[in-house]
Amino acid sequence: MTLTHLQRLEAESIHIMREVVAEADNPVMLYSVGKDSAVMLHLAMKAFYPSVPPFPLLHVDTRWKFREMYSFRDQMAEKLGMDLLVHVNPEGIEKNINPFTHGSAIHTDVMKTEGLKQALDKYGFDAAFGGARRDEEKSRAKERIFSFRTAQHRWDPKNQRPELWKLYNARKHKGESIRVFPLSNWTELDIWQYIHLENIPIVPLYYAAERPVVERDGALIMVDDERMPLKEGEVPTMKKVRFRTLGCYPLTGAVESDADTLPAIIQEMLLTKTSERQGRVIDHDSAASMEKKKQEGYF
Amino acid sequence: MAHVSDLIATDIEQYLKAHEQKSLLRFITCGSVDDGKSTLIGRLLYESKMLFEDQLTAIEADSKKWGTQGDEIDFALLVDGLAAEREQGITIDVAYRFFSTDRRKFIVADTPGHEQYTRNMVTGASTADAAILMVDARKGILTQTRRHSYLMSLLGIRHIVVAINKMDLVGYSEKTFRTIVEEYSEFANQIGLTKVTFIPMSAFKGDNIITLSDKMPWYHGTTLMGYLETVEVDDTRLQRNPFRMPVQWVNRPNLDFRGFSGAIASGVIKPGDRIRVQPSGKESHVDRIVVHGGDLPQAVAGQSVTLTLTDEIDISRGDVISTVEAPAEIADQFETTLVWMHDEPLLPGRSYLLKVGTKTVTATITDIKYQVNVNTLEHTAAKKLELNAIGVCNISLDRAIAFDAYQHNKDTGGFIIIDRMSNNTVGAGLLHFALRRSQNIHMQHVDVDKSARAVTKGQKPCVLWFTGLSGAGKSTIANLVEKKLHAQGRHTYLLDGDNVRHGLNKDLGFTDTDRVENIRRIAEVSKLMVDAGLIVLTAFISPFRSERRMARELMEDGEFIEVFVDTPLSVAEERDPKGLYKKARRGELKNFTGIDSAYEQPENPEIRLDTTGLSIEAAADEVIEALKRQGILLAD
Repeated sequence: MTLTHLQRLEAESIHIMREVVAEADNPVMLYSVGKDSAVMLHLAMKAFYPSVPPFPLLHVDTRWKFREMYSFRDQMAEKLGMDLLVHVNPEGIEKNINPFTHGSAIHTDVMKTEGLKQALDKYGFDAAFGGARRDEEKSRAKERIFSFRTAQHRWDPKNQRPELWKLYNARKHKGESIRVFPLSNWTELDIWQYIHLENIPIVPLYYAAERPVVERDGALIMVDDERMPLKEGEVPTMKKVRFRTLGCYPLTGAVESDADTLPAIIQEMLLTKTSERQGRVIDHDSAASMEKKKQEGYF
Repeated sequence: MAHVSDLIATDIEQYLKAHEQKSLLRFITCGSVDDGKSTLIGRLLYESKMLFEDQLTAIEADSKKWGTQGDEIDFALLVDGLAAEREQGITIDVAYRFFSTDRRKFIVADTPGHEQYTRNMVTGASTADAAILMVDARKGILTQTRRHSYLMSLLGIRHIVVAINKMDLVGYSEKTFRTIVEEYSEFANQIGLTKVTFIPMSAFKGDNIITLSDKMPWYHGTTLMGYLETVEVDDTRLQRNPFRMPVQWVNRPNLDFRGFSGAIASGVIKPGDRIRVQPSGKESHVDRIVVHGGDLPQAVAGQSVTLTLTDEIDISRGDVISTVEAPAEIADQFETTLVWMHDEPLLPGRSYLLKVGTKTVTATITDIKYQVNVNTLEHTAAKKLELNAIGVCNISLDRAIAFDAYQHNKDTGGFIIIDRMSNNTVGAGLLHFALRRSQNIHMQHVDVDKSARAVTKGQKPCVLWFTGLSGAGKSTIANLVEKKLHAQGRHTYLLDGDNVRHGLNKDLGFTDTDRVENIRRIAEVSKLMVDAGLIVLTAFISPFRSERRMARELMEDGEFIEVFVDTPLSVAEERDPKGLYKKARRGELKNFTGIDSAYEQPENPEIRLDTTGLSIEAAADEVIEALKRQGILLAD
């Protein structure tokens, strides 16, 4: 009996999660509500069954996610019986940081990177699961599965540990923490195939539907609520669109599509000709952006 | 190729059904800088349509700008993110790439060919089912080819392709191909590589990669992709081996359920199978194989499951569940091959952590039998192992573990070494076999024990471990403490340079390696004397935290009392009672602590004596007082 690639990926992710729970003092799972998070959460349910995963979910919120993401998030946590912690950077609230006035770079830095560090410190988490994959972009390809952070949450690229066989070294000093990426070896296609095979619920925004959008700098931005300032001459129009990745709605471009079923989404993805991250404004800010963000403590 | 399948457009459901059943192969590519490794990986990604138009456009633009292939696409640019990263000072060990075809998904471990090669390649090879060894047809077998082959054979990779590349540059010559095959086969035999496949190709032109090339009609073998799509995956082979599952986590959602979670390392398991828990040796039967969504009728190597047993027996993380028919071996001393992966060298005698399967134990390298030169495969003597060195070593653990020889099972025979201070992964190794002495030596149980002996002396046995720079006053103070204890009728013994260096340790010098061994012996002798009920005083510089910690861990709680004789270097050098500092400053004395060898200060000593503000008499009294407080001196 030869295991399928999805069975092997699943087994590896489960093994990684169990190692963390066995060796860390206070783990947490970062939950961003996207499709990768959905798969990671599903794997966690499998890894510890019949126990409920012995860690809470943490959503580092920016207050600018799509409304459908918030309702989906709350439903999932309740359905699975897991604790959900939501953290918003209070400084961001005070200064009303938002992507429109401050731009995507500052918004991401304050709300996501700083917010995440605050939350990890606040609860004293020493290991945090993230859903990043190595196929997402070049700088992720060499990222370890267990990624060590100093007490100041900095990623020291010169001081990462070799990972051999299935042996992960999770030892650390007090105050240090580990980011763990159980989906490292999954590709975008694997994620979709697994969602299809396992019937994993995902946010409806991934499916095509009529939604109000405006075109901005070549991207279709959904007008999700009244906080979005419209520029002169901009009129939201209804278009049948879907999202390939989900983030803050003002920073996430939609694509026009008719794919309203999972197979149709996968079909579209396979026939499509641009890579996933093109829809994310964050990557265009600066060339080496991901590397730099990581050193500063971004996932 | 892969995703251009018509099914995508015509029948996506059917396509998904087929593609969700694909298997997974992990392989590593080895080669030196100009062998065309990056071109090959880029070509495989391109051919399997894993590139999107935006990436391709970027590559085409880059090819015109930077490429080395004229107007054609330079595939190497796709995977050469590594060069820039090196400039940024980022450690690159292994980059992982992904592609898939209609039959398989592939994970490629791509390692840079030059610096750090051993560490990187060993890391990449540890999870690989197969290896592609790149050879430039113009150059033939090089030293690097041999080195890479040795590492692949060491790591037990069973399927090796020698990709004889750049055939287009030798006129697709069959003779060139044959010559290389012959030369390599002879070498492969020497190092025990048996299953080697040779494929003549051009990664740049695409010959024999996906389809057989019409330029080489004399070649009748498989294409590279044909090979990768059909070669046996390791997990499948491991199903034929005896059952092993290292226990990762005990699953206890409530009082009625007690399951043991783990990844199956080898074999097949079914409910009703008889198992043995190792090393404890307790036996039971498998009751259920529990996974989310319903119990399984059987589970195989590679799966992550939770087992329940028919009997309530004590099992914890680190134990191995094995079939009773062919259980794992149990031992605490081994012959191993070690690959050192850290700037700080391996020192025999130092105590490290060793993680094998899900178990972490304390380990000491007792002997480096020899080091292997990866280029010539010659054996040379070694006192320590530096970064990227490979050595055959004996290892001793603080307790017995269940294991298999690495060649039979990577998951129960492969281990990592962790530094106890930095927590870094500093080495990796393969267990070969148990040393005979470890199987036959058992602790002799005696009726008169340590506490019985101590009670007759009116004292609790302990070690007063004096540490500090040369000239700090360790021996002087220790000597006075012993005198005072003796006057009280206590039974003591002082170990210092005079009675140890001239006898027990006269074979040792002052290199780091020898210092570690010196302290190890002193610690072991102290332990025996504590066992005899004595108050032991040791007065040695003992400069390294690791060794002091090792000594501490040999004793029971409360028995080890670290006395830090805290004298600043300037003061000690000023005193210089034996004239050693002057000698060291003149360069006549090598490895002198404080001058050209480090002294690592104790972080939490039980007693700290500041000799700049204390007389010897007062210092000795302070030690005696501390002993009273700790209840060492019973009937005062």
